Amino acid sequence: MEILLLLILLPPLTGAVLNGIFGRRFPQAAVSAIACGGPGLSLLSALLAAWTYSHLPSAPAPYLHSYFTWIESGAFRADFALYYDRLTLVMTVTVTVVSFLIHLYSRGYMGHEGGYYRFFAYLNLFLFMMLMLVTAANYPLMFVGWEGVGLCSYLLIGFYFPRKSASDAGKKAFIVTRIGDVGFTLGVALLFWTFGAVDFPSVFSRLAALPPGYLQGPLTAVGLLLFLGAVGKSAQLPLYVWLPDAMEGPTPVSALIHAATMVTAGVYLVARSNVLYAHAPLALEIVGTVGCLTAFFAATIAVTQNDLKRLLAYSTISQLGYMFVACGAGVFSAGIFHLMTHAFFKSLLFLAAGSVMHALGGELDLRKMGGLRHKMKTTWLTFLVATLAISGMPLFSGFFSKDEILLGAYEGPLGKPWLYWLATLTAGLTAFYMFRALFLAFHGASRVEPAREPHVRESGGKMTGPLVILAFFSVVAGYVSLPKAWGGGEWFHHYLQPVFASSAAVLSSIAVRPTPAPAGGLAVMAMSLVVAGAGILLAYLCYLKFTKLPEGLAERFSGLYRVLVNKYYVDEFYHWLVVRPIRRGSERILWRVMDVAAIDGLMVNGSAVLTADAGNLLRRIQSGNLRSYAAWVLLGAVLWLGYVLAR
Amino acid sequence: MLPLAHILALSAILFGLGAVGFIVRRNIITIFMCIELMLNAVNLAFIGFSRYLGNLDGQVFVFFVIVVAAAEAAVGLAIIIAVYRNRGSLSIEDFDSLKL
Repeated sequence: MEILLLLILLPPLTGAVLNGIFGRRFPQAAVSAIACGGPGLSLLSALLAAWTYSHLPSAPAPYLHSYFTWIESGAFRADFALYYDRLTLVMTVTVTVVSFLIHLYSRGYMGHEGGYYRFFAYLNLFLFMMLMLVTAANYPLMFVGWEGVGLCSYLLIGFYFPRKSASDAGKKAFIVTRIGDVGFTLGVALLFWTFGAVDFPSVFSRLAALPPGYLQGPLTAVGLLLFLGAVGKSAQLPLYVWLPDAMEGPTPVSALIHAATMVTAGVYLVARSNVLYAHAPLALEIVGTVGCLTAFFAATIAVTQNDLKRLLAYSTISQLGYMFVACGAGVFSAGIFHLMTHAFFKSLLFLAAGSVMHALGGELDLRKMGGLRHKMKTTWLTFLVATLAISGMPLFSGFFSKDEILLGAYEGPLGKPWLYWLATLTAGLTAFYMFRALFLAFHGASRVEPAREPHVRESGGKMTGPLVILAFFSVVAGYVSLPKAWGGGEWFHHYLQPVFASSAAVLSSIAVRPTPAPAGGLAVMAMSLVVAGAGILLAYLCYLKFTKLPEGLAERFSGLYRVLVNKYYVDEFYHWLVVRPIRRGSERILWRVMDVAAIDGLMVNGSAVLTADAGNLLRRIQSGNLRSYAAWVLLGAVLWLGYVLAR
Repeated sequence: MLPLAHILALSAILFGLGAVGFIVRRNIITIFMCIELMLNAVNLAFIGFSRYLGNLDGQVFVFFVIVVAAAEAAVGLAIIIAVYRNRGSLSIEDFDSLKL
């Protein structure tokens, strides 16, 4: 088992090192083989590890293996140790499946780009870091993965670095998430201060032994600080601004990092620390509140976006908000369930969008698409499947996971009516904007630029293959947890039960339980269906039936429309609030005063000028005239003699 | 028996002549001779003290000074000849190429 766990981690790292160092000299086929082999081996090991773990005698209990001591300083101790329980199992399998498929897809997508080996080296490194993050057995080691994925995200967003907007977007992502990382670090430090340990087993066992209501202050602070990290990483309010810009990266990167895996790390962090949050209900309520507001806020922005990838980015932010709603309502398993289904259908959406981009020569504007379904049948069908899944249509995976979240928001231990209603409204918005994208891109009359029209054709098998597989998963992933209302057993929920057992016990003891959902959850389900159906119908009416309608509406409510198109001016506000003062301060004080005047003027040039002036003065006695030297010597001798005699 | 003061006075006068000559004269040979004059003024002082104190330490020093002065004269004159060949002048004013 301990070797299997290493076998999950190491192949991508090996691939990254090989391709990173020697990739330039390898032929493209070798780079592809190394790049896809690593994730493939990881996937196999992850499946084997899942099987082995399930057959361990200690089965539902977490498996822990410490490989070596990593840091030991006084009482502080962090091992290189891996932690494997059912949550890790779900995460590793999801991550390796999705990333293996995306690696396969990237062979086709990146085939004609420069820096092929560089791309795959980064992508493999990312996978290693992500797996490190989900298998780590203590917070510092998790932080290594946490920062590692951030680094790879930065490198890959800025992959087209000659383009200024791409390198700016990379920097923005790195700097904004850094704010969250400060929270993570402080949270871990405070955790150590509270419990004297940072590894999961000791922290969780101490928390489990703690009676509810104790240590409220420190635990709430730790919870909020860790959540700050999650807010940065998972692009929640108010730190979400980096994710839409991250779409500057290649599309497979958006699919893997900014939809399926890295951005869900925050949800994983909260779910992993579920016992902690159970003891800090205030922090958990804030998690839910932020998540819900983000979900709604991002969905409203997505409604007006015309850039396909940005629309999907806002949709990702919104769906991540959903996951936090689930965590905040105290039903962590629903959050993880949605994380898994979302990984499949959102990466599928991105990959399909990439396929469209590929066919249209990089065009992303929905206003210049339309009617693509005739020429790109596979892409259209897979996009349709994913859209149905994200909109929460029955029989597709998103339906089951979203329904669990909505139900949780209604009757979970910390569920609240407004949480439920806002989330339901967001579900309607989601259905609307996703079908808007679908209709604008694939249906209706073609608005493709005439010059590009003849080149539009389906992408090759390297790209459509993964699309079809992901579409399959987007449908079936939901069936691991059939809802109770349908007579299902909520198997996924029960499967994760051991992970969340102690937090569930604590939460149920302290929470005021809201009324159970009417009709055993069927009403909640019907409500979400009605709302989603209304969204789809509205999209159909606006974008297929009466195509003039949206323009009329935009004109009618031009104020609101402008605010939405400009994304609530949040970027401008941050620019005004943070960027401009820093820039001004840098320019006027740090640059002009500190750098130019103080450092350059006073210190660097000042010391030079001082030396030069002193030299100029002193050189006068170096006349080169021997007799004047002699006169000086004589004068000195006489003076000294005079001094000695006079003493 | 000559008093010590007279000997020292003569020594001081000779040393002063040498020092002043060193400073005011331009010809390098003259300067060189002024150095010798100063050395011998010092020698004279040594001898005077040696006689006055009744031991031979001072006279031993004088021998050392004479030996060193002889070596110095040999080296110094050689340098002067080399410099003269190089510069074509014996004036100290012309030897200032080490000046900045």
